[in-house]
Parts: sequence; C-alpha cells; structure tokens
Amino acid sequence: MDILNALVAFANFVFIPAVAYGAQLALGALGVTLIYGILRFSNFAHGDTMAFGTTLTILITALMQGAGISFGPLPTALLALPFAIVLTGIVLVGTDRAVYRFYRKQRAAPVILTMVSLGVMFIMNGVVRFIIGVEDVTFADGERFVIGAREFRDATGLAEGLAIRTTQVITLVVAAIAVALLFWFLNRTRTGKSMRAFSDNEDLALLSGINPERVVQVTWLIVAALATTAGVLYGLDKSFKAFTYFQLLLPIFASAVVGGLGNPLGAIAGGFVIAFSEVGVTYAWKKVATYVLPESLAPDGLAQLLSTDYKFAVSFAILILVLLFMPTGLFKGKSV
Amino acid sequence: MKKLLLASTATAMLAGAAGAEEVKLGIIFGFTGPLESITPHMAAGAELAMKEVSESGLFLDGSTVTPIRADSTCVDASAATAAAERLVTSDGVKAIIGADCSGVTGAILQNVARPQGVVQISPSSTSPGLSEVEDDGLFFRTAPSDARQGAVMADIISGRGTTDVAVTYTNNDYGKGLADSFAAAFTEKGGNVTISAAHDDGKADYSAEVAALAAAGGELLVVAGYVDQGGRGIVQNAIDTGAFDTFYLPDGMYGPSLIEAIGDSLDGSYGDVPAAEGENVDTYHEMATAAGFDGTSSYAAESYDAAALVLLAMQAAKSSNGADYKGKIMDVANAPGEKINPGELSKALELIAAGQDVDYVGATNVEMAEPGESLGTFREYDITGGAVETVGFR
Repeated sequence: MDILNALVAFANFVFIPAVAYGAQLALGALGVTLIYGILRFSNFAHGDTMAFGTTLTILITALMQGAGISFGPLPTALLALPFAIVLTGIVLVGTDRAVYRFYRKQRAAPVILTMVSLGVMFIMNGVVRFIIGVEDVTFADGERFVIGAREFRDATGLAEGLAIRTTQVITLVVAAIAVALLFWFLNRTRTGKSMRAFSDNEDLALLSGINPERVVQVTWLIVAALATTAGVLYGLDKSFKAFTYFQLLLPIFASAVVGGLGNPLGAIAGGFVIAFSEVGVTYAWKKVATYVLPESLAPDGLAQLLSTDYKFAVSFAILILVLLFMPTGLFKGKSV
Repeated sequence: MKKLLLASTATAMLAGAAGAEEVKLGIIFGFTGPLESITPHMAAGAELAMKEVSESGLFLDGSTVTPIRADSTCVDASAATAAAERLVTSDGVKAIIGADCSGVTGAILQNVARPQGVVQISPSSTSPGLSEVEDDGLFFRTAPSDARQGAVMADIISGRGTTDVAVTYTNNDYGKGLADSFAAAFTEKGGNVTISAAHDDGKADYSAEVAALAAAGGELLVVAGYVDQGGRGIVQNAIDTGAFDTFYLPDGMYGPSLIEAIGDSLDGSYGDVPAAEGENVDTYHEMATAAGFDGTSSYAAESYDAAALVLLAMQAAKSSNGADYKGKIMDVANAPGEKINPGELSKALELIAAGQDVDYVGATNVEMAEPGESLGTFREYDITGGAVETVGFR
C-alpha cells in the first residue's frame, strides 16, 4: 500500500507534469534544431513565434466558439490549430523573404543571423502584445480531467490522489503524431531528403541540383507547424501569457543543445531531460521517501535539492555542463 | 492717545492668541511615481475633511484650514524629505498627512517630522517596521500594519481548529511580510507551519511549486499572493493535482475572478479582507462622488480619516501646535465618547468645544492602538456554493 502511495504521489507530482512539459519542450526544441541544422543559426525568435501562433489559435478558437463550433470533450483550439499553422507559416515565410533572405544572400556569419533573429523576436514580441495584450489568457474548453484526484482516491482507496488532465493526454498524443509525421517527412519524402542533404553539406546539395530557396521555405513551414503546436499545447495545459513564452526560450534552447543542435532525435531526448531535471531537482521528496523508507530513515526536512525559485537555474546549469563536457550534445549534433 | 494705542495693541494681541487663524496642513503623497493613479483620490479625500472642518466655522474659534500639496514620489527618500522640509519650514504646516509609501514615510518621519516636532499621519503605509521606529509620539497611521493581518489570519485559522498549514507567498515585500507575521503569530498559538515557500508571479506553470507544498503537507494552504497573478495559478494547480482542498485567502487573493475561474472546488475555503462595507463607507462614497472624486479608490477613505483625526485632535487640544495636540489623537479616535461618522465633523467640533468626548469612527471604522496605528477591521469570509459569505468582523 505504501509503495503504491509513493508511486502515485511520484506520478502525480513528478512524472505526469514532467512528461507533458517535456513533450512541449521537445516540440519547441525540434523547431530550434531544424533552423539550426538547415539555416545554420540559433533562432531567438522561436519563443515568440510560439506565442504568435498561439495568439492566432486563440483568436480563431474564439471565432469558432462564437459560431457554436465545438470539439466535444476536446478543446476547440485543436480545430483552430491547422488554420493558425497555415497563417503562422505564411508570416514566417514572409519574414524570411523580407529579412533573413537578405543576410543569406550576403553569406552573413551565423552570429549576425542570430542577432537578426533577436530583432525579429522583439518585433514579434510587440506584435503579440499588441494583438492580445499582456494578461493571462485561458482558452482551454471541453472536459478538464481524464481522472480527477478526488475520484481516483475514492475509487482506489489510496491516500494519494492521481490527476490526469485532458490537456496532458492531448499534449502527448499530438506531440507523438507531430514527431511521427516529421520523421516520416524527413526520412521518406523527396523534399525531406533534400532538406537533410542540405543540412549535411550545403555545397554538395547545391551541386546535385537542390533548390535552396525551396528547402528554406519548407523548413519555415515545418517550423511554423512545430512552434504553433508546441505553443498551443503549452497554452492549453498551462495558460497563455506573452511573457512566459519569451521565457520558454531558455529551456527550449537548453533542450536543443543538450540533445545536440541540429539533431531532431536529440531535441526530443533533450526536452525530456530538461523537463525531468527541472521538476525532479526542485521536488520535495519528503512524501515519497516517507512512504518508501522505514520510519527510522524517513527525512525530517523536505528533502528538496533546490527551492522552486531556482527552476530556471537548472536549465542554465545543464546547459553549461553540456557545453563544457559534451559540446555536441547527447546525440552528436553540431558543436556550437 | 497713548492709552488708545495701548488698548488697540492689547486687543490685537488678544485676537492673535485666541482668535481665528489659517491652519495649514501638508499633504505629501506620490503624485508622480508608482502610486500616481491613486494618490489624487487620496489627496482629495484628505482635502474633503479639511473643507468640511473649515466651512463649519467651529474649528479653533473660526480658524480655516488650507491644504498644501507636495510630491513624495513614493520611491525617492531624499526628494520626499526635501518636499516635506519645505512644507514645514517655508509653508509652516501644522501637520503632515502622508506619506503614501512606507519607505518615504519613514524618511520624512526621521528627517523632518521628529526634528521639527510636527505630527505626521500616514493613511497608507502598512510596513510592520513603522510600528517599531522612534517617533517621539508624533507618528500615526490610519492603515493597519501588515503584521496585524498576520495576527488576524492566525486567529481565524486556529479558531477553526486547524493546526498544520502550508504557506506560499508572492515573492515581494508584501507577500514575505504577511507570510512572516502570520507564521510568527500562528506558531505562538501552537500551530505548525509545514513550509513557507515563495512563488513568482507571472508564470504559466506552478506545478513544481505546488509539488513542494504538497510534499510538506498540511490541512490548509495559505496563499499570500495576488488573485490575478501567481496566487490563482497555485490554487488552480493545487486543486487539479488534489494537493490541497482548502485554502486560506487573505486580502490580495480576495476577488470575484478567482471564484469565476475555479468554481465549486473553492467551496469550504475561507479568508479575510480589510472591511470596506457598512453604512459609513457608503456615506463616504456618496460624499466623495458629490465632491467629484472616487471614494472607493485605495486608501482614499483612510486619507479622509487621517486629516479628520488631526483636526479633531487640534480642536481637543485647543491648539494647532504639534506638541500640544499629539497626545489627543488617540483620545478622539477611540472610545469613550459620541460616535462620529463621516460627514459629521462639525458635530464633533461642537461636542469637543463643549468639553465632551468623541469616538471618531469615520469612513474606515477607525480604532487606534499603540503606537498610534489603526487596528483596521477585517471581514472574515467563507466561500460557499460559489459565493462569498461574511462570517464576521475582527
């Protein structure tokens, strides 16, 4: 019974939140890593691209709700998502035409492109705040829980409750579908293969007749899809606020770097590594330990490694450690 | 001729000593700075009381009261000190109403009010630190100290038989001050605070914070935060994960948006807010509307009371000299005596002139405790069936 209680407490407060958060980070990191691999710069505007895509989704969701369209027990935002992806894609390709292409033609150094993305970030940041404001926006509707904590306690008779939110399940399912589609596209389609070729060796790819502008466009479209999906899932699961999306940039970059920049598989692994460390290091293990350990060994204190205030410090610390000891990341990416 | 001259001089001197004068009161609030949106209403509140007293013609043998405004900036202690210095030395004010923010209030008290022997009364400085400073009996405030709310919270919670609570507070002076004063008062009553952890406002995800709170455990979660900020995120997440079922929601967490956002799951939670209800408050709001400002704005009512208390104390001491009337403020604020509601200042002046006691109630149910600060009234409330129900006042 105690072991079960410990497991449930662990699942409820560590495992489930971390898995959902990890999936959201992984989708974000995939976008960053694709840009790095194919366009060869760190896209600082990614967090705000997520915010922009989510803003569009929220607006379209509101329109749909106004028109009486709903998705049954699932959030209406999922129906709005494809439209938002298309619009975000158009904006990103447009930004590329207007801004990035100029620097690409000049064969500008990656660091210059990174700085350019910083400028794009500030503009997007402002646009998002202008459209939707700086306040919290909750746009999740439909059924809130798959299992509620109270029902779980009543049903099993355990002391600990287990809550699984609908949005957490949706996050995992949607993320899995998105990743599967991405890998299928990269490995099985002609365009995907040409993207990988372009990423591996640009000159060779150009020689073999790959159209670079087309590769770039497709990349931006995929990034728009990934960023909007990541943003919407995060917003559904937590809440939308322009500022928090900007802050997400740090854990997302940490995930991409930990996994190995430019390596899609690494981005996914990195997302989960960062999420589990953030939640695990700041979790107070007292409750779990009290269930598992014999009474004499049970901790008096909270058994918490770091106060939750330092959550972001965990991503920073991992980022620094990885850059020091494994610059190419867990899955052999490009060194930074 | 000589006699006539002497006689007229004597009359003039007599008139000067006992007759009408122009009493100036300084109003020093942050008309620029972080509180600039509420300070105009606070100043208007104080001026409303002065006008009422002045126009009654009953104040100190027909003296008039003139307000003089100055800018405390709320954050810049040296600018506030200079402005207060000017009020006292060049304008000759007989009392300083202000300042608004605790930091500049303390600076003015130490640098101007004490050296010059001028009474200072603040309507909005709530820092517990101001209760302990040296003030030569010159400093008063009509807003309760944050420490007071901590004690009230401890009373309410232990009164309901709860002994183990977890505390989370918003990571600023307000949150930390409230959490600390609550923890001290609650421990003294034999309660046990399992964890007192800060949370930052403006984040989307509070699962890690709630996980730590849940691990520490407790029958109740005290949320000393803001209702539209991190506080709501914490409550939402704690309910979602089943970490806590019951919450204690102090003033910053009181608001309809919380019940709207969370719904039935909040049933059984309770809390307190500084009481801002009753006939007197309504009377005051009507007076403010008639005078052309917003009486419901934060601390506008406290400002009215601050000015009224000073003027009534002057009347009781028959002098506008700080050294004479500083001891009278507590007398006019507290029982025994005739209760004085807002808008009844002329009645109070009359009673005092006739030698009777008054008990100033004013717009905020003023009750002063040593060392010269308002006890404040707190409304204890329950959340039942998605609505707030008043349990009682403390």
